[in-house]
Amino acid sequence: MPVEALSFVDTDAMSTPAFPLSTQLKTMTTSSNNVPSSSERRDFLKKSGVAAGAAAAAGFPSIISAQSVTNSLKVGLVGAGGRGSGAAAQALSADKNTVLTAVADIDQAIVSRAVTRLSGSQKFGTQVKVDNALFGLDAYDKVINSGVDVVLLASPPGFRPAHLKAAVDAGKHIFCEKPAATDAPGIRSVMESQKAAQAKNIALVCGFCWRYNNMISAAIEQVHGGALGRLVAHYSTYYTNPVKPMPPESARPAGMGDVEWQVRNWYNFVWLSGDSLVEQAVHNADKIMWVMKDQPPASCVSVGGRSVPANGGNIYDHFEANFVYPNGYRVFLANRQSTGCFNGTLDYVMGTEGTLFLGKGKPRIETPDGKIKWQWEGEEYDMYQKEHDVLFASIRSGKPKNDDLNLATSSLLAIMGRDAAYSGQEVTWEQAMNSTVSLLPTQMDMSAKFEAPGLAIPGRTKVS
Amino acid sequence: MTARLATMVALALMAGAATVPVSSRQPAAAPAAPAIDPKEMAVVEKLRAMFLEKAKGDQAAKAYTVTLPNTTASYGMAPIPAGSFEMGSADPKAPADQKPTRTVTLDAFWMMTTEVNWDAYLMFMFADQASEKTNPDALVDGLSRPTAPHLEMSFGRGNAGFPAISMTAHAANKYAQWLSARTGEYYRVPTEAEWEYACRAGGAPAVEEAQLADVAWYQKNSPTGEFTDGTYHKLGTKKPNAWGLHDMLGNVMEWTSDQYAPYPAAAATNPWVKPTTSYPIAVRGGSWNDAATRVNCTVRYKSDAVWKERDPQLPTSVWYMTDAEWLGFRLVRPSKVPSAEEMYRAWNNGVEVDPY
Repeated sequence: MPVEALSFVDTDAMSTPAFPLSTQLKTMTTSSNNVPSSSERRDFLKKSGVAAGAAAAAGFPSIISAQSVTNSLKVGLVGAGGRGSGAAAQALSADKNTVLTAVADIDQAIVSRAVTRLSGSQKFGTQVKVDNALFGLDAYDKVINSGVDVVLLASPPGFRPAHLKAAVDAGKHIFCEKPAATDAPGIRSVMESQKAAQAKNIALVCGFCWRYNNMISAAIEQVHGGALGRLVAHYSTYYTNPVKPMPPESARPAGMGDVEWQVRNWYNFVWLSGDSLVEQAVHNADKIMWVMKDQPPASCVSVGGRSVPANGGNIYDHFEANFVYPNGYRVFLANRQSTGCFNGTLDYVMGTEGTLFLGKGKPRIETPDGKIKWQWEGEEYDMYQKEHDVLFASIRSGKPKNDDLNLATSSLLAIMGRDAAYSGQEVTWEQAMNSTVSLLPTQMDMSAKFEAPGLAIPGRTKVS
Repeated sequence: MTARLATMVALALMAGAATVPVSSRQPAAAPAAPAIDPKEMAVVEKLRAMFLEKAKGDQAAKAYTVTLPNTTASYGMAPIPAGSFEMGSADPKAPADQKPTRTVTLDAFWMMTTEVNWDAYLMFMFADQASEKTNPDALVDGLSRPTAPHLEMSFGRGNAGFPAISMTAHAANKYAQWLSARTGEYYRVPTEAEWEYACRAGGAPAVEEAQLADVAWYQKNSPTGEFTDGTYHKLGTKKPNAWGLHDMLGNVMEWTSDQYAPYPAAAATNPWVKPTTSYPIAVRGGSWNDAATRVNCTVRYKSDAVWKERDPQLPTSVWYMTDAEWLGFRLVRPSKVPSAEEMYRAWNNGVEVDPY
């Protein structure tokens, strides 16, 4: 696939919204505890107006069948930074009969470092047999088409929709990191890919790791079981330190193109990372959606901004997004990436009969008069490992797991929160879903000129 | 990520067993001591000249406070006199790794009066918090610093005034180098002998359980309403020992620079058991997560690669031990500025290799 294919985004307004939710939102009924009842959970893909015609045309690899899979599985890694090499380590640990054969990143040094470290492992070093160490913006496609069975997608999120589409088109099983995309066209593309993956019976497990954490799962089950009574509000925080601060423009090597400079400092550009709320606090967005059984809110109003200079980047360093559900349930999602401030990754889910506390010690539910009603006891999984254990076991059993539909919807919740802050406007779920604003450069090559827009200015910036 | 401690505590506690996971994995052989990197050695030489210059003005050994230049982060230093002591435990019931006892003689040094606090450690992690962008210093700028963590590393336990946690031995060594460059004083991680000597402070190696809560945060008194399984507490809120050191026992256990290895029987002067493998390294003092019997001056813990198994950026990161929320460190400042080579070895001690 030529590099230009990265500008895959179809910016035509979709004639039918993927989720015609408006009418249903107004009439949404909930079970007694304010959580949507199971019967009302929409199968997002069924409702989606997206056609999956392409799905049938592409090749089905030999290992995809209703039979259990016993042969050695070849794994390809796309994006060999910290998280990508971590995902590779987990894939190789999940199943001893896997081999890492191909690795892609933008730079030879990054690929080499990851391969060296992975090869050095006592646990799985012998499973590292990389004969395709590839680099460049089109390396993902070479890895996907290098004869691997499973691909791990861990590049900056802006590339994710294109990488996911290529992997699904090629009929590969997939581990896909969060978030799904950095803009709505990307989200819609990911939804199409999810639908195609289901049609082709391809495994697609996503990196919203809390869902694979037994401790947090037990807490959310309590909520769904009515332990909090009627739900009133959810306050969710990701207050932490900066992730990858932007170097000054003076640090840019002479002659380095705009796209390369931005990709190398990807965290600081909205088109690549989606901003802090979408790249990191998206884990909170996922918990919010999980509590509500993946039902979207009606609308959102946010504030956000930056407290230290962006050095040429264009992301905010703090947000507070306020969502409201059709039944009046309110959600407050706050994040910050600053030094020297209060830190905590905390959730308070409040109901008429109790509050769930996550993020400080063991999850617990307290009654309104402060008594502990429920507390987690047990041994916590390694959730990062669990994701891969589940993925590979599902491939082996001939029943590939591909129901992580929250990949797209939880990512969109975070994008919605961000866009409400950027624009200063109230943003509805439909507006967020149907936005045609594409953030990606049209010319995707390392030397291309691409002036990233300045910081969003609430009240002036347009997001749809 | 929070209640991972369940994992730690769930392990059977045999008499004297550590409340930290024991891995069956063999430690990976670290590469042979790396050849000295001339470029880095040149930096060490420059730093040493600075330390010697500053040491000229030293008064007689006395306690003092250091504030990191251009910041508000500070810490106390207490003088530890030169002397000899019987290292290890003579108690017949003590675990075998604390035997035999032997006479150890040490030179004088200063030691931090508390564990390294987040206030200062976060400045090592984030240069902009340390005002280093506005006050650039070429020497400091070239030093090795942690990659950004993928997680909020205090795990909601608190930052200002609380002990820094969950760093690798490599990170503790590089912090020592960075702090030295920032302050003009030579710091390093203490040896096991120095740590134990300072902990005893000329007295008994253990505190009766009835009095332990006066000096230590440990399993019994560390739980809070929020952290019902216990957590670390603000530094220096318990009584200090006879040499003015707080939190030697409990709160967070502390890195030393020694390989965890059987004790030799022969008397020694300034012993340093230089690691030849990345794991296990000796860790001392016990923590908020440990029972009273495991919180004293002689008990030895050993580091394990399993402590970092859940870092989402393994194996490329060598900075974080995301499962060790009870692990920290404090530094010493030897009274004599050593050779540049010795500094180099201390700051590059136990190069991180993952037998993971």
